Amino acid sequence: MTPEIALLLAQDGITTGAIYVLVALGLVLIFLVTRVIFVPFGDVVGYSALTLAALQLKQMPGTVWLVLTLAALATAIETVALIRRGELRLLPKALLTYAALPVLCAGLVWLAAGRELPMWLAVALTLLIVMPISPLIYRIAFQPLADASVLVLLIVSVAVHFAASGMALIFFGPEGFRTEPMTSAFFNLGSIGISGQSLLIVASSAVFSLLLFLMFERTYTGKALRATAVNRVGARLVGIKPQTTGAIAFLLASGLAGVSGILIGPVATLYYDSGFLIGLKAFVGAIIGGLVSYPATAIGALLVGLLESYAAFWDSAFKEVLVFGALIPVLIWQSFMSSGSVEEEIEEEEGDA
Amino acid sequence: MLSRLCASVAALALSVGASSAADLTIGFVTSLSGPGASIGIPYEKGILAAHAFAAKVGDVNIKLIRLDDASDPSAASRNARKLVEEEKVDVLMGTSGVPGTTAMATVGAESKTPLISLTPAPAPQHANGQWMISIPQPPPLMVAAVVDRMKKASIKKAAYIGFSDSWGDLVYDGLMKSVQGSSVEVVTNERYARADTSVAGQVLKIVASQPDAVITGGSGTPGALPYIALQQRGFKGGLYGTHALINPDFVRVGGAAVEGVICPTGPVIVAEQLPDSNVTKKVSLAFRDAYQKANNAPTTDAFSAYAFDGWLVMLDAAKRALAKAQPGTAEFREAFKDAMLATKEVVGTHGVYNYKPGNVYGVDDRARVLVKLEQGKWKLIE
Repeated sequence: MTPEIALLLAQDGITTGAIYVLVALGLVLIFLVTRVIFVPFGDVVGYSALTLAALQLKQMPGTVWLVLTLAALATAIETVALIRRGELRLLPKALLTYAALPVLCAGLVWLAAGRELPMWLAVALTLLIVMPISPLIYRIAFQPLADASVLVLLIVSVAVHFAASGMALIFFGPEGFRTEPMTSAFFNLGSIGISGQSLLIVASSAVFSLLLFLMFERTYTGKALRATAVNRVGARLVGIKPQTTGAIAFLLASGLAGVSGILIGPVATLYYDSGFLIGLKAFVGAIIGGLVSYPATAIGALLVGLLESYAAFWDSAFKEVLVFGALIPVLIWQSFMSSGSVEEEIEEEEGDA
Repeated sequence: MLSRLCASVAALALSVGASSAADLTIGFVTSLSGPGASIGIPYEKGILAAHAFAAKVGDVNIKLIRLDDASDPSAASRNARKLVEEEKVDVLMGTSGVPGTTAMATVGAESKTPLISLTPAPAPQHANGQWMISIPQPPPLMVAAVVDRMKKASIKKAAYIGFSDSWGDLVYDGLMKSVQGSSVEVVTNERYARADTSVAGQVLKIVASQPDAVITGGSGTPGALPYIALQQRGFKGGLYGTHALINPDFVRVGGAAVEGVICPTGPVIVAEQLPDSNVTKKVSLAFRDAYQKANNAPTTDAFSAYAFDGWLVMLDAAKRALAKAQPGTAEFREAFKDAMLATKEVVGTHGVYNYKPGNVYGVDDRARVLVKLEQGKWKLIE
């Protein structure tokens, strides 16, 4: 391996890693606030890329029907729940959140689809239609069992993933899509070239990570999310609604998934089910961060990207084995480091009960 | 009164049973969902076209039962068992993936039910003997045509990149067999997964080994990934592929990067460019009509045509087997197997089929043509 090849591989690895960073941050955000390991998160990334591709091909994106279906389900569940608790005065607000807003998003995309759209508008519409997906899934599948154990939530999460990828097959069809590159710029730095798209990916990843950091540090919403993450019971005692913070976490993460889908669309061919593998690799990054630390997660996700890139060069047939095999030493190390936290979690669960 | 009612119901049931027993029942399995769906769905459309084309052998009706295996070999095996035991099918057809077909073949041999495989799957060794034939061209036959072309283009070093699954292995093995004793040397054996987002590492290794040409062992839209990465690295050598790339979505996703790719394929893809003397031309055009009628869309892929050819081979064998036994019986299945393994010169859309015991594949040189992608269209080159 010449130094030039090493640099090119590093560049490719950092580009892929930067996408994993966004997905991994979303996974950690959701896990910390709601204790859900959101397996279908990768599918949402896929939805985003496929929606943008459909808009660019002047077709109606399948996500419109997906959001409408989810909105109908969520509205029905929320209405029944409110009627059972006898809180009918909350009904207008629920209808606004679970019916009117998603339908508005879907309606805007529906109106715009089929026309020649400028790139920024197509991207904005994609984000608009992807954002409601995760919060609606949260309302339908996870909010009713918010106090269940992590394991139960994980099992539900896996089931939701299969439903999500099945729906993607119905709405997008089995073929792969690639979106148009956002920039065709190309920079020559000495002997190696860097594409504008790679720079855009790395820059967006950095900007969104920074925004997330600022939100946690500087806003009340961010602090409420952190409080819920640290101690759900305590947060409830000081008047933070875990349901609301859960929905906000899913909304933010959905935005991150939307952005990563938009970024990965031009560099990879995506299928209705390829989001899962992206989610899985981001999850490896999140595990390196112990599912608690955002900076460690970001570094972990970058490492996964780099490892993947070098492994593809050294021995392409064993690439996946190397990437997922990297989990083993990390898990062994973490089980030595954090034998205390398992007990803590058990105590907390007993306390909840 | 009640007993008379019972009797008439029983008589009715008997007569229904008797009339359906005379039907020839075909059990068809394909992948309508799961990762293999992009190939499995065309098979389904092909079988619908075939059933619309001919729903009778002589005056015997053909009953078609279709099942989805979700790209899962164990589901394919379960489906095959259900078709054999509950539906009492006479012939099994399917499925769209090699592992699923292999699983079905075991059930077929065990229950002594003939299987017409629609993928280039090998037949299992079974005590009950050979109960399976394969319709598609075996990869070595197709790759050999590409290697001949490489020799003509005086290519010395060829790089290989393919899927890290059984398809990638089949193409690589075919390639290694074809280059034996020739001037072409294969310099790399790189692999990637269907869902991979980047093959930059593999392509760097390929470019570093300075080949004159690259041949890929991918399929469908994921097959475009290496060509796109090669273009980004500024690779200027020859581009070759296999018949698994013949798919309109491959052209859409690949865009400018796949321009000039040379692939082998069944003649049905370029039927209208073939000379009238070509034996498969007439059948291919008839298939296009039937497909258009059954699916309200023109054909664009090679897979639906395999299902159609499987149907033609089935019709031919069924005609000879019906002279010996009634459908729905073990004797018929035995007779069908013997007829199937004695198929002679049945003209299909992909080639001319000849089978004999001990031979799973039935096609020869007439089942391949070389095509080149020029401005988004496959052009016949020889």
